[in-house]
Amino acid sequence: MFYRESGQYKTTYESDQAIFPIREDRIGIAIIMAMALITPFIASEFILASIMIPFLILALGTIGLNVLTGYAGQLSLGTGAFMGAGAYACYKLATIFPDINIVVLILLSGVFSAGVGILFGLPSLRIKGLYLAVTTLAAQFFLEWCFIRIPWLYNYNASGAIEVPERRGFGDLILTGPSATATTRYYVVLAIVVVVTLVVKNLVRGRIGRQWMMIRDMDIAAELMGVRPLWAKLSAFAVSSYLAGVAGAMFVFFYLGAAEPSSFGISLSFQVLFMAILGGLGSLVGSFFGAAFIWILPIALRVGLPAVGVDVGAEIIFQIAQMAVGALIIFFLIAEPHGLARLWAIGKEKLRVWPFPYA
Amino acid sequence: MSMLKLTTAAFAVALAAGVALPAQAEDSVYIQLPTYRTGPYAGSGIPIANGMHDYLTMLNERDGGINGVKINVDECETGYDTQKGVECYEQAKAKGTLVFNPWSTGITLQVIPKASVDKIPVLSMAYGLSAASQGDVFPWVFNPPMTYWDGASGIIKYIGEQEGGLDKLKGKKIGYIFLDAGYGREAIPLLEDLSKEYGFEMLQYPVAGKEMQNQSSQWLNVRRDKPDYMVMWGWGAMSPTAVKEATKIRYPMDKFIGVWWSGGEDDARAGGAAAKGYKTLNFNSVGPDKPALQDIKKLVVDAGKSQVDPAKFGENLYNRGVMNAVIMAEAIRVAQDKSGKTVINSEDMRVGLENLSIDAARLEAIGLPEFFSPMQISCKDHSGHTKMYVQEWDGENWKQVSDWFEPMSDKVEPLLAAAAEEYKTSNAPWPARAEACAN
Repeated sequence: MFYRESGQYKTTYESDQAIFPIREDRIGIAIIMAMALITPFIASEFILASIMIPFLILALGTIGLNVLTGYAGQLSLGTGAFMGAGAYACYKLATIFPDINIVVLILLSGVFSAGVGILFGLPSLRIKGLYLAVTTLAAQFFLEWCFIRIPWLYNYNASGAIEVPERRGFGDLILTGPSATATTRYYVVLAIVVVVTLVVKNLVRGRIGRQWMMIRDMDIAAELMGVRPLWAKLSAFAVSSYLAGVAGAMFVFFYLGAAEPSSFGISLSFQVLFMAILGGLGSLVGSFFGAAFIWILPIALRVGLPAVGVDVGAEIIFQIAQMAVGALIIFFLIAEPHGLARLWAIGKEKLRVWPFPYA
Repeated sequence: MSMLKLTTAAFAVALAAGVALPAQAEDSVYIQLPTYRTGPYAGSGIPIANGMHDYLTMLNERDGGINGVKINVDECETGYDTQKGVECYEQAKAKGTLVFNPWSTGITLQVIPKASVDKIPVLSMAYGLSAASQGDVFPWVFNPPMTYWDGASGIIKYIGEQEGGLDKLKGKKIGYIFLDAGYGREAIPLLEDLSKEYGFEMLQYPVAGKEMQNQSSQWLNVRRDKPDYMVMWGWGAMSPTAVKEATKIRYPMDKFIGVWWSGGEDDARAGGAAAKGYKTLNFNSVGPDKPALQDIKKLVVDAGKSQVDPAKFGENLYNRGVMNAVIMAEAIRVAQDKSGKTVINSEDMRVGLENLSIDAARLEAIGLPEFFSPMQISCKDHSGHTKMYVQEWDGENWKQVSDWFEPMSDKVEPLLAAAAEEYKTSNAPWPARAEACAN
């Protein structure tokens, strides 16, 4: 009734090929963007700094993994390390070129992680599936080792951690460092994530994205039809690692403020992988769903349970939250093996014919 | 996508309510205790958490708080994870904590730059950044009673005494087995410096956090290298594993010396009877006999308000937790005195910590005679660099085997100043100290 496209005629190719061809979707996305823009005015600093910023950043990381695993079908367990490569690259760039706007450096640091990604993507030309997962696991361990053992990467800090320096930009706004307000950081992150997501959306529905999906669905057939696996696979690795690198750089510069090598450990790789799987492989909106589910739910439980009067120790809450999230993951995957994005799509289908069960 | 937004909005509302709900009751102050009772570091984290929690609860029960102001305490589980620690910090900030005790060197390094902006003092008791003892560079960070570098110099001093003089260290091999994280690496610069100065060879055996329960390869190397002494910087599951592995390769336990954080009873117990002779540094007394500890026993533990296992009451790390709470409580008293208010805020708390002075008489008065060495924090010196002693495991208990002694301050002090300067330049623009010295 509310969500129906009948009567909306597409008279040009542009309107037919738009990202959101249905007017209701466009209204919806406009409302979401408006809400995202006013969030800093209604939410507390804790929500901005500890929930919204990392949620957006991890959503971008999940999109990165989704490009590789969801669209191109190459399983990767090295997302955490690729994020780390971006973070360390950005740290080095920021300390070598203190005068360049940090946003430029963040976007640039993805190039370095893309290079690393291509390097570790080379085995994908010969091996597939779980075997490839093992080689990306090697990337994870190797890069983590580099972050610990190559002191040049962290400017010979005695602590072995990278600390975010204060950087200004866009006038004299403090963008990074401890004095940067949560609101500023949130808007920068939001802008980067929205723009990059838009670019990726256009990438995956264009020629390159179609090549990735052909490789994913049947690589031999794709090759026979003229897709070059070398370019398709390596470009997927490059784009995926680029996104992961940008996400990693933002993770340190706009969220953590300082990072140890353990921040980019295997647990982060798994966390992002779970976000991608739970949200729905091969779906950009799913990446946001997955990131929200895995990141926000535990925090909401940890903060929310004591607030509603569940008065037990902090460690019990912690464990309850972990168990609840685990149970919910299992529940949602049983209910819909293709992830939250598929549930969302089914919901939209139903809404189209509502209030009739079929049409 | 709007469903996502709806859910986040719903969470946001719930959270805003959740954060706002525990409003400050009249005449109370709030302290968040970041703790870890789960994960691989829980073995060390649980006694610490219990000690801190129980002493503050005892003050509330016995005296109704400090000068009539109750201390609201709650815990935030970090799991020794840096990200969760930062989240706890944000939560503590939102709820207006007086002071933040990270209980992890990684989390400490993370919150040091934020502390001066958010005006929340960071109390990292004998851990964290050694250079933070320089009050003129780090006005918001405190690391009494000693820094890691004091500890490292203390161990070398003790080894020197065993050998009959520091000059006898020449040509000796000293192994350093450490948790390969901010914590374990913190002592390396000083040890390297001392090794150059006294001519001993320093062998490093890093143990990655993931592998700390499996150290056989490191100890295989120890067996091959045969160092004359082993020094350990371990925490959590790393310490008991190291003690066990050392007994397995029959390393002479009396030549094996841990930092104060590797001195939990459970750490030494893991080695069984063969662990006899294992030594660690310490800066607080062990055992449940002090009057204030008996008050805790009576009012908190026996009343069922504590999570401590009664058999482990008064153990080393429990008492360490108590000591951390004593420093906070005494700093609150000083802050009340200095500010003239009873309900202080975190900025008053910083002044309180900076003017903290606990002498022997004061320790006697709060029912903890000789619980630790008297400490004096000042505007310039945020650590105090007090005294430590060496304890030895006799198979059942820790026994003090050395007198209380001072670190090699003449070696440590210039390095601390240099490290603080270096921190300042590498984190430029580092804010200059704006807080006046109140004493």
